[in-house]
Amino acid sequence: MRLTCPCCGPRDRREFTYYGHETFLHRPAPDAGGQAWDDYLHNRDNPAGPTRDLWYHDPCGTWLVVARDTVTHAVEGSEALA
Amino acid sequence: MADLTVTEATDGLGLPLAMGDCILSAQAPGTAWLIAPYPGRRAACSAALAPLGLSFPAPGQGLAGQGLAAGGRRIVWAGRDQAFLFGAAPPEGLAEHAALTDQSDGWAGLRLQGPDAEAVLARLVPLDLRIGAFPEDHVARSLLGHMPLLIQRTGPETFALMTYRSMAGSAVQEIGHALKAVAARRRLG
Amino acid sequence: MSGGWRIPGRGAGIDRQRPLRFRFDGREMEGFAGDTLASALMAAGVRVVGRSFKYHRPRGVMTAGAEEPNALVEIIEGAQQTPNTRATVQELYAGLQARSQNRWPGLGFDALAVNDFLHPFLGAGFYYKTFMWPRQFWERVYEPIIRRAAGLGSLSGRTDEGAYEKAFAFCDLLVIGAGPAGLVAALRAGRAGADVIMAEADTQPGGRLLADLPEIGGQGARDWLAGVQAELAALPNVRVMTRTTVTGAYDGGTYGALERVGLHRADPGDLPRECFWRIVAKRAVMATGALERPIAHPGNDRPGVMLASAMPAYVNRWGVAPGRRVAIFGNNDSALATAQALTAAGVQIAAYIDPRPDVPALQDFPVYRGAQVVGTRGRMGLHTVQVRHADGVSEVPADALGLSGGWNPTLHLACHMNGRPEWDARIAAFVPRDGMVPGLTAAGAAAGGLSTAACLTDGARAAATALADLGLPVPEMTPPGAEDAPYGIAPFWAVDAGGRAWLDFANDVTTKDVAQAAREGFASVEHMKRYTTQGMAPDQGKNSNVAALAVLADATGQSIPDTGTTTFRPPFVPVSIAALGAGGRAKGFAPERRLTSDAQSRAMGAPMIEAGLWYRPSYFPRVGEATWREACDREVAMVRGAVGVCDVSTLGKIDVQGPDAGRYLDFLYTNRMSSLKPGRIRYGLMLREDGHVMDDGTCARLGEGHFLVTTTTAAAGQVMRHMDFVQQAFCADWAVRFASVTEHWAQFAVAGPRARDLLNTLLDQPVSADSLPFMACQPVTVAGVAGRLFRISFSGALGYEVAVPARYGAALFSRLVEGAEALGGGAYGMEALNVMRIEKGFITHAEIDGRVTAFDLGVQRMLSAAKDCIGKPASERPGLMDDARGQLVGLMSVDPADRIDAGAPLYAADAPARAENWQGHVTSAGYSPTLKGWLALGFLSNGRARHGEVLCIHDALRGRKLMARVCDPVFLDPEGRAMRG
Repeated sequence: MRLTCPCCGPRDRREFTYYGHETFLHRPAPDAGGQAWDDYLHNRDNPAGPTRDLWYHDPCGTWLVVARDTVTHAVEGSEALA
Repeated sequence: MADLTVTEATDGLGLPLAMGDCILSAQAPGTAWLIAPYPGRRAACSAALAPLGLSFPAPGQGLAGQGLAAGGRRIVWAGRDQAFLFGAAPPEGLAEHAALTDQSDGWAGLRLQGPDAEAVLARLVPLDLRIGAFPEDHVARSLLGHMPLLIQRTGPETFALMTYRSMAGSAVQEIGHALKAVAARRRLG
Repeated sequence: MSGGWRIPGRGAGIDRQRPLRFRFDGREMEGFAGDTLASALMAAGVRVVGRSFKYHRPRGVMTAGAEEPNALVEIIEGAQQTPNTRATVQELYAGLQARSQNRWPGLGFDALAVNDFLHPFLGAGFYYKTFMWPRQFWERVYEPIIRRAAGLGSLSGRTDEGAYEKAFAFCDLLVIGAGPAGLVAALRAGRAGADVIMAEADTQPGGRLLADLPEIGGQGARDWLAGVQAELAALPNVRVMTRTTVTGAYDGGTYGALERVGLHRADPGDLPRECFWRIVAKRAVMATGALERPIAHPGNDRPGVMLASAMPAYVNRWGVAPGRRVAIFGNNDSALATAQALTAAGVQIAAYIDPRPDVPALQDFPVYRGAQVVGTRGRMGLHTVQVRHADGVSEVPADALGLSGGWNPTLHLACHMNGRPEWDARIAAFVPRDGMVPGLTAAGAAAGGLSTAACLTDGARAAATALADLGLPVPEMTPPGAEDAPYGIAPFWAVDAGGRAWLDFANDVTTKDVAQAAREGFASVEHMKRYTTQGMAPDQGKNSNVAALAVLADATGQSIPDTGTTTFRPPFVPVSIAALGAGGRAKGFAPERRLTSDAQSRAMGAPMIEAGLWYRPSYFPRVGEATWREACDREVAMVRGAVGVCDVSTLGKIDVQGPDAGRYLDFLYTNRMSSLKPGRIRYGLMLREDGHVMDDGTCARLGEGHFLVTTTTAAAGQVMRHMDFVQQAFCADWAVRFASVTEHWAQFAVAGPRARDLLNTLLDQPVSADSLPFMACQPVTVAGVAGRLFRISFSGALGYEVAVPARYGAALFSRLVEGAEALGGGAYGMEALNVMRIEKGFITHAEIDGRVTAFDLGVQRMLSAAKDCIGKPASERPGLMDDARGQLVGLMSVDPADRIDAGAPLYAADAPARAENWQGHVTSAGYSPTLKGWLALGFLSNGRARHGEVLCIHDALRGRKLMARVCDPVFLDPEGRAMRG
């Protein structure tokens, strides 16, 4: 598997660390309440098809969102968080 | 006056190591400052670096100082919003635009040279190092086996490698294994 | 029979000037350089090379390639043995030692051949039915017996000391297979300037050309081949990798390939045995050719029965006659062509047998049209073929029989990403579809083009497609002319004549087994495979899969395309685990991180202990100390009474700078760091966003916008990743940057009542108790070197940590140890460090194991009420603040001599040690020479309210049971007088 680091270009999977769905980018307000925080922390879909998830390119320190398809394994693209 | 003796990262590791048509030698990074521009300050950093004949490098780029004043100074991209300045202290005014950290002692520097250097590195580095894809002066952060790596092609058959100081022994050992295997193939003709 | 199997004038692949001696089952034999073990054995007249998996029937060489099901041998190298090596792939070398498999006591007489007579009871699924009762017999009795009886080769039982290698390669175009299609594809792409890798499993390019020797462009095959090879060799952008089998197609254009490097050499020297390549290709041409399939007829597993196409390979490459009188049984035009070619090569064809009624009968050999082979005779080797034809059954004397049921395109790689092939009735075989693997195109026989001309044309076409995709110019190319005979075939899979007809030779699966599976309800192809084990041997059914599903289709009344194929998965050929894991043996997987003090600690005799990748000294033994405990107790006493020195450089050090650094750290830590004054240090707690503790450490403010954060040794990487995430996800526009400086600084703890005295011998400007108070830091000059001094303590003693650039680490450590020894102290290691931090109730990752909250640790007050931080909202969920949760407590054994061990569970004093009575567990434990007893930290349900209570620690794992009293986790100096002094 290969992913494209927005900074470094296409790289082998071994250079990346997986985190989870991009939901982690949408941090609720501290007082948003239990349900919002549970959804943020724990509740995830298990999509058969397109998904967007977070990866860390360890060598350069860039966090990225990867758009990929869980059925075809196609990686559509990636972009840096910032 | 420093009253403490200096131990280099690669001391006692049996370098240089020559095998086949390659040679692995120590190449201490010397003075190395990590420069990390604050958001939106890359141009300001380049301006501050101008007196050294340098500018802040783009990802994957290594720049040698221009002109006589350069005196062997180099700046090398080193990660997201980071570059290593080698051979000089950060110029006046740079600290306003970037975080500066002295890293001179944190890294072990190695130099691998020879016609089979690419073949040796292909055993350890998951990067496309063909000269077309990774030409002279190009830089990458990657892995050397399981070790962090900053790699720069410094010549058609020469690479500068940097890994964590504490891992210098393992790095030399791993490259040594690869050198040995590649040399054995070379002997087959 | 001995000698006389070589054909004079044939065998361009061997060098008759270079004879090689080798041994098979202890017998010395001779072959030539260029031989495979299979060709050398055949030339030596060896007909039986192994015994079959289940019935222990004698078996001979079946193929001339990687798909070999029968000729599996053990290769012996000194104390090592490599089982299940295909003799058809193993190249001969001087001194090679091979042993046949799955026979006892020998190949000629195998005691377990009795299984063959029991075959009515040993059909498909017999072990599911026969060995059901009594149930406990399965593991102890039945399985061991079956495993012994049914089997493959064996391992030596020793660690494989051989060298293996892995490597990465990149190219524009990967050409898989160097037969006619692959060669033309590589040539065209190479001429276009593309970076090409051509991987060929065989020892040399050529593929079927080497066996069939067709004329190409008016030249002999070998001349044409030599010309192409010379041109490829002259192209610097083309890399030809022989002995390299592409084993798998993976995501992102990555292919796995196994290269045999030293396996065929008498003296491999420093060569690795194998190299596993990860090849990243923008485009790939799958020119893997096709595999001939046998026909299932009764007695078709007799030694001497082989694939028809293997026969010209043995004749033309290795100069070995497959037999004196050869029969061919085929249903297609390539079988007839093989018979003609063999005749032309001087091999006597005893009969050509074809079920088709319309085969041209006028040949140089007897032809049986509309005929079938219904049986064979010959106990240890074929001597008669029984042919049924319109006029009855003829007994044809023959010592070799070539089978050809047609050709299956070698499409396995195309299926590795879950693509399904389609049925091509024209050639009665499955062919790949476009797009099964992104970027991969099949060409030549692999795509169903079965003539040499079709392969040449299709290779050129595939290269053109790939070049266009790559945006490269497509050079003009007119493929040379070659044989383009039409390929006629009448599907024919199995002879229906009673008796056992083998489909899968490697796993002893017959047509009856497949029919029985269908009868018993295992009618889907995936179920049939698992019930009969068809296709599950080392050969993965390469020459039986299609025929097996044809027989299944017949049994279920479905068509072959409706029956479908099983799933092909990587690897295409067996890959040794050692090759896959090359570079990962011993320390390869875990590089060593060595401290600057490493050499001196080892010189002092300190045993090293792993802490993550780091190696740290556990203790520094002195003369007269018999056990580690004596050294540890002495080191603790040294720190408590004088001064100790410990290398603490492994702790993560992250330099944080910028105008927004304070604000950023406030968001990262539970407590406030922005209010810290320059020159001061604060203890900090970092949570994960789910409210559990991630890490703890200190935060020193070195200047207005400059902080130095420490992490635990174990979590340094995780913390860095976390800090990057928080910054890039939530506050990318803040002016803050951080960098690890762990490796730049060598840092030493100097602890004990004499710590300051020791330091002041080295500092250019001495410090006093007041000039540098507890939790303060300052730049210092240490023996002339610019460094940093932190007044912090992880031992509870008066303590400092002094840091200098790593190049001075070794020298400073040595000076500190020397100075400490002069003051009645010395170096201390991890054991003493651990005891002292337990005495003080300081936590490590033994306590913060990922399930623990600030509330559990009793440091809830460190969560600043006035600000948000990572993990704070989730940490306030009611379930995480429940008193029933385990809370950090101290434990002291009631009898000070009773040892406590980490991991032991806690029970109420009178409760039986059962899961439902579990109340907590011990996380860290050690003997405190200071308090003269065993101390421990642990988590106890509602523990803070239970100080004084006596519990039972019942450690069933180690067989220890003792009583312990619950107390505050800080055992020693709760007011911290010593460290503040």
